[in-house]
Amino acid sequence: MANKQENRMPKTFRRISALFKEGTWLPVIAVLLGLASGALIMLLGSYNPLTAYQSLLTRSFGDMYNFGEMIRQVTPLIFTGLAVAFAFRTGLFNIGAEGQFIIGAMAGIYVGVFWHLPWGLHAVAAVAAGALAGGIWGGIAGYLKAARGVHEVISTIMLNWIALYLVNYLTKRFMLEPGQMRSRTAQESAWLSADWLSGLFEHARIHFGILIGLGCAVVFYIVLLQTKLGFELRAVGLNPHASEYAGIKVKQSMIAAMFGSGMFAGLGGAAEMLGVYHYLSVEAAFRGYGFLGLAVALIGRNTALGTVLSAFLLGALTYGAPGMKFGAGVPEELIDIVIAMVIFFVAAAGIITAMLRLLSGRRRKKEAA
Amino acid sequence: MEWLTIASDLIHTTIVFATALIFAAIGGLYSERSGVVNIALEGMMTVGAFTGAAIAYFAGNVAGMGNGAPWLGFLAAVVAGALFALPHAFASVTFNADQVVSGVGLNFLATGLTLYLAKLIFSGSAQTPTLQRGFSEWAIPYLADIPYLGNALFRAYPTSFVAFLAVTLTAYIVYRTPFGLRLYAVGEHPRAADTAGISVYGMRYVAVMLSGALAAAGGATIALTTTNNFSHNTISGQGYIALAALIFGKWRPFQAMLAALFFGIASAMKSVFQVYGLTQFVPVDFIYMFPYLLTILVLAGFVGRAISPAALGTPYEKGQR
Repeated sequence: MANKQENRMPKTFRRISALFKEGTWLPVIAVLLGLASGALIMLLGSYNPLTAYQSLLTRSFGDMYNFGEMIRQVTPLIFTGLAVAFAFRTGLFNIGAEGQFIIGAMAGIYVGVFWHLPWGLHAVAAVAAGALAGGIWGGIAGYLKAARGVHEVISTIMLNWIALYLVNYLTKRFMLEPGQMRSRTAQESAWLSADWLSGLFEHARIHFGILIGLGCAVVFYIVLLQTKLGFELRAVGLNPHASEYAGIKVKQSMIAAMFGSGMFAGLGGAAEMLGVYHYLSVEAAFRGYGFLGLAVALIGRNTALGTVLSAFLLGALTYGAPGMKFGAGVPEELIDIVIAMVIFFVAAAGIITAMLRLLSGRRRKKEAA
Repeated sequence: MEWLTIASDLIHTTIVFATALIFAAIGGLYSERSGVVNIALEGMMTVGAFTGAAIAYFAGNVAGMGNGAPWLGFLAAVVAGALFALPHAFASVTFNADQVVSGVGLNFLATGLTLYLAKLIFSGSAQTPTLQRGFSEWAIPYLADIPYLGNALFRAYPTSFVAFLAVTLTAYIVYRTPFGLRLYAVGEHPRAADTAGISVYGMRYVAVMLSGALAAAGGATIALTTTNNFSHNTISGQGYIALAALIFGKWRPFQAMLAALFFGIASAMKSVFQVYGLTQFVPVDFIYMFPYLLTILVLAGFVGRAISPAALGTPYEKGQR
């Protein structure tokens, strides 16, 4: 049945669909369709989409300050994107990057405030604490799945909220800066920012976290694709039953996978706090980096390079979005719509294929007529 | 006597807060019983809250409609919710998309779309103007005059009565009608259902749209009773709590309602406790955290196992083996 259908397809379409099987072009087309949907919605609201997208780009790339700030926006997305992608490659759906990010942020700030270490070493310790804490938070979801059969989608959603309120409580109880709704400031020896670096970018809050993030992408690639552990994790993701039969300890590997995933997010949280704010504020709502990380990983098709590229894309879009407001009067929330559409098109790749089929079908009719 | 007042207030406020959760959980029940995961309840509630507030604003504040204004908003929200659910059905039923991913996409879409439209319609403001007329509370004659008990149980927003009605109706539909049986079949064993001549796709479309309608009713409830407008934090996570309530209630209507009421207590406690100055005994963050922690404990089987519909989360392809 399927074969017959493919044979009936015109040659060009078959070529395009062959590309899809590689999956490389799918995200690119999805992004273009997402932007086109955004443009359509702007037209319906009688805005000028060209001016809007142009002002978006100007804000993200226009000058060194904004470029540096855009990189700052990209940085946490690399971490949370890698976290989601890592879990995904091992067959797990980590909606909990947000919570792991928050827990990592707290651990990083805790070490930054209370430990006393020399320059450099202090920052390393703080970031490592963030990774460990995030790993444990992710590991809880892994344990719940492995030992108690709790689906990780639900447990990680719940753990996000628990993290938010737990960290708020701990911040208020143990780390509060008197008179303010935030923690004490971490010592400078633990900071990931530097005056000279931010000086290069007209004092944008760019920090060394971006380098750690890119390093993490390399680690992601090596661990997942070049090590025995990575092979086992991926094997479990592809087929837990066969892996069990092949002697892989499936339960341990689920916990390890969620631990590793949480480490990326936790690192991101610690890096964000030590690089940008240097303290932890009591939050009423999520920052949203974990949820954006889902989009990042999906659009990046869960590969290391793809995730980095898509973090840059979404970082540039979300940072540039307010520019549309000044340039063309378009509410910045439009970008959420664009991102949603991209997710849709990537998730339901069939939609794109069906659209192309429709297009090529029409063309054939035209040719016949 | 002070304690009786607090208890009476607590129950009253619990019902106020639980109503939206009941609507959304019951909505999620339809979708998930048909085999479609619905973490988009959050987005569906958001759309409902926006539509409800916006339509009620134009009906009440602009067109000068009286007590009908919130009802019009409520109905519009229900319709908008059903329509908004369509893409989820489209992607996850027709195009076999991962249902969680599609739900995540829908939640992004809801935030973007509602705030975009709010700014477009209300000249750049990220929220709808305050309503002149939201719902006002109904008091059941005579019963509402009973001391303490009357305030607790017989004085409530009309939406609460509608919600309890929806639960009863859902229980009837799910357990006593052919539709309910088909819904169950489609969620447990879609291939068998298909063989028996039930349209798996059709049932799932209807179920997802019903879930959108009901979740939106929940969102509208919040906008039309407690907040009297819509802004970016009107829903803030209640869709996820509703999902938790549904799981906590083991995908059964009355249990889900009880779970929603239970989670309502957590919200009620934090406002009642603040009113009576009791937060010095229990940190407010723990009260916030409680429902989520409880959900995990329930799921982990420490309080009682929850078994989901067998086909939940798996797309169905006609003719698959």
